[in-house]
Amino acid sequence: MSPDLLKLIFGRLGIDSLPLHEPILVGTFVMVALGGVTLLAGLTYFRLWGYLWREWFTTVDHKRIGIMYMILGIVMLLRGFADALMMRAQQALAFNGSEGFLPAHHYDQVFTAHGVIMIFFVAMPLVTGLMNYVVPLQIGARDVSFPFLNNFSFWMTVGGAVLVMISLFIGEFARTGWLAYPPLSNIGYSPDVGVDYYIWALQVAGVGTTLSGINLICTIVKLRCPGMTMMKMPVFTWTSLCTNILIVASFPVLTVVLALLSLDRYVGTNFFTNDFGGSPMMYVNLIWIWGHPEVYILVLPAFGIFSEVTSTFSGKRLFGYTSMVYATVVITILSYLVWLHHFFTMGSGASVNSFFGITTMIISIPTGAKMFNWLFTMYRGRIRYELPMLWTIAFMLTFVLGGMTGVLLAVPPADFVLHNSLFLIAHFHNVIIGGVVFGAFAGINYWFPKAFGFKLDPFWGKLSFWFWVTGFYMAFMPLYVLGLMGVTRRLRVFDDPSLQIWFVIAAIGAGLVFLGILSMLMQFAVSFLKREQLKDVTGDPWDARTLEWATSSPPPDYNFAFTPVVHDNDAWWDMKKRGYQRPLVGFKPIHMPSSTGTGIILAGFATAMGFGLIWYIWWLAAASFIAMLAVGIGHTFNYHRDFDIPADDVIRTEDARTKLLAGAK
Amino acid sequence: MTVAVNPSQTGEPVFYLADEHPHPEGYSTSLGFWIYLMSDCLIFAMLFAAFGVLGANYAAGPAPKDLFDLDLVAVNTSMLLLSSITYGFAMLTMQQNKIAQTQMWLLITGLFGAAFIGIELTEFAHMIHEGATPQRSAFLSAFFTLVGTHGLHVSCGLIWLVTLMVQVWRFGLIEANRRRLMCLSMFWHFLDVVWIGVFTFVYLLGVLR
Repeated sequence: MSPDLLKLIFGRLGIDSLPLHEPILVGTFVMVALGGVTLLAGLTYFRLWGYLWREWFTTVDHKRIGIMYMILGIVMLLRGFADALMMRAQQALAFNGSEGFLPAHHYDQVFTAHGVIMIFFVAMPLVTGLMNYVVPLQIGARDVSFPFLNNFSFWMTVGGAVLVMISLFIGEFARTGWLAYPPLSNIGYSPDVGVDYYIWALQVAGVGTTLSGINLICTIVKLRCPGMTMMKMPVFTWTSLCTNILIVASFPVLTVVLALLSLDRYVGTNFFTNDFGGSPMMYVNLIWIWGHPEVYILVLPAFGIFSEVTSTFSGKRLFGYTSMVYATVVITILSYLVWLHHFFTMGSGASVNSFFGITTMIISIPTGAKMFNWLFTMYRGRIRYELPMLWTIAFMLTFVLGGMTGVLLAVPPADFVLHNSLFLIAHFHNVIIGGVVFGAFAGINYWFPKAFGFKLDPFWGKLSFWFWVTGFYMAFMPLYVLGLMGVTRRLRVFDDPSLQIWFVIAAIGAGLVFLGILSMLMQFAVSFLKREQLKDVTGDPWDARTLEWATSSPPPDYNFAFTPVVHDNDAWWDMKKRGYQRPLVGFKPIHMPSSTGTGIILAGFATAMGFGLIWYIWWLAAASFIAMLAVGIGHTFNYHRDFDIPADDVIRTEDARTKLLAGAK
Repeated sequence: MTVAVNPSQTGEPVFYLADEHPHPEGYSTSLGFWIYLMSDCLIFAMLFAAFGVLGANYAAGPAPKDLFDLDLVAVNTSMLLLSSITYGFAMLTMQQNKIAQTQMWLLITGLFGAAFIGIELTEFAHMIHEGATPQRSAFLSAFFTLVGTHGLHVSCGLIWLVTLMVQVWRFGLIEANRRRLMCLSMFWHFLDVVWIGVFTFVYLLGVLR
């Protein structure tokens, strides 16, 4: 075939795009391919495709979508953590003339992919998954406001993750760092597909995130059950509301920044170029206007989880509910006024730097207020040291440390010394792992029995907890030391042999975290095998306080047979205290949304379009776009999107629960 | 939250609704659409900000004074403003349940919108022909992107409008279609408001600069 025709069909994709010369990647590919083939064969053998398609892929049930988000987050955690292990190993080895085992070309992709994956495809899915699962239950709703959109949002997030994963084996990922600053990320310095993978993965996933933000805001504002005024909402719902407001008010900024970068790369415009009047500094400003709210998007739901857990396991009403709500709102607003602290060294001048330094320090005030609220909730409580509570205590200690180094970095003169150093790396891992990751684990251990009807195994859970916590400290405390000694981030080889010991300690720490992750997977497996022993039929295994514990575990499709009526902040606690009797008769048909395959199909086309654009396969991009338009419009011609669960089904489900509850007594 | 929460006759607190009605279809749609519009508004805000930063970086290339034909832009602006008025008429006739008139006003709205896009494309073609391409300077990059994004939105609005006309023709002015027309109405007026910003900050202030 002529080269022109080949180019028309395959764009810039060719045999040489496959990283056959990189043994690590070939090995990984063989492993992934074997695993994937086994999985697919297993699904086919056990005839699970139809079940998966009907019950999971096309579902609009917020609970199942939430669980799928969690699975996505955990799978991607393995990928992102593999990158972390490689970096730690490389930096521990590359001393005394050794080049380590990763060539620069590969190493730069590894640290970029690690950041992108951990933020966008681990932390975001875990947080979104928990919000999706818990919020409708906490507010006594049957589903989210826009169930189809919810399914579509999830699959768009998956589409982004798929593009990142494809980049591992076809072509390469960006070598720019996780925010892809120009001019490095512009076409002149990054002519290959790496940055394009980055752009389209985030654009596809970003659509999903924005839509899911809109969806959850509407759900919380419009679908709360009677009696639940704003100041009676559970704190997790409050933090979810603020997080989703942040999502809607910041992800469009990311969309625009990446769109402008793509115009620079694809069309040759001059937004972020060095010449023709472009301004790379504008990119840095714009992306951090998204980027700073993003860290609060991640951590606010975690704060909500800790609030629920602390109050439940202390057996007390949350201390200072009102101040907790106001602190959350204040953080939401302030998170927009601090973005410049990410680049004090850019040269914005003393006045500007002072302003942003001070606003940054002010954020620690509402955060500190929260910390005291949790402490006072525990004060004189009957604290039960179950797994969620253990993670919460680890969070409180770790996060305070990370917060203090954050305030230190907020001082512009100090930041001039520490900017881009490993001190910064240690700081943000300190708050993101200590805050978001520990929060997600607390949430998983707390709500798992709600989702599956049995508790998670405490032995492997505690093992995982101790590996994670000790591993975290061993991995990141050395980075604080190294940062203070002036070591900058993203280095591949080192000249000064005296630094090596710190990197070795950090690598051992990463190894411990790895054991923590393995223990967690083991915890899931063991809990599944021991599910009869760990079973909970009450629906309320922790003697908890909020509405999600009022229904069965796992909840029925319709969540609540009758819409609850709320009189108090801790609605379920109030119901238990006042002798609430579960209704046994009078069930009626329940109106529910129907499943649809449109979401996954649309997201599939969006991913294909992204792939086409990455490789300049224009026909594929155009065809996928037209297909998306056609399927999207076609979907609007379907006016019958819901059905009624017959009263008989409701009666059957509820009677089964009545029997279980009677057996439990 | 207008549902009354009254204790039952015996004074016992009520913990669930024995007799409930599901939320009507589209219960959250207008709020959701408003929030979507605000997120879209943020996209335009960013593009305006980029134009604000880069708008004077001509890189020794053409400046607004050399490029903009205010008469043409005035005609174009009036196309869009008129289309908003006619969309308003479509909504009024929709309220009176007059399908034929609604369709007619929608058609006229679409024609005005198409005229707007046509004039804009002519303007772009003219500029590019004169060498004022998006690649020429940061000012032109920001100009084409801001105005082009607005034009892209109007084009999407046109596709949506045609889809809705087909749906009204096939299914009538049923509740779902009324809600959809209402959403498109908000979208259409929103684009009008954005265009006022474009007209003022890009064209008028550009020529003054």
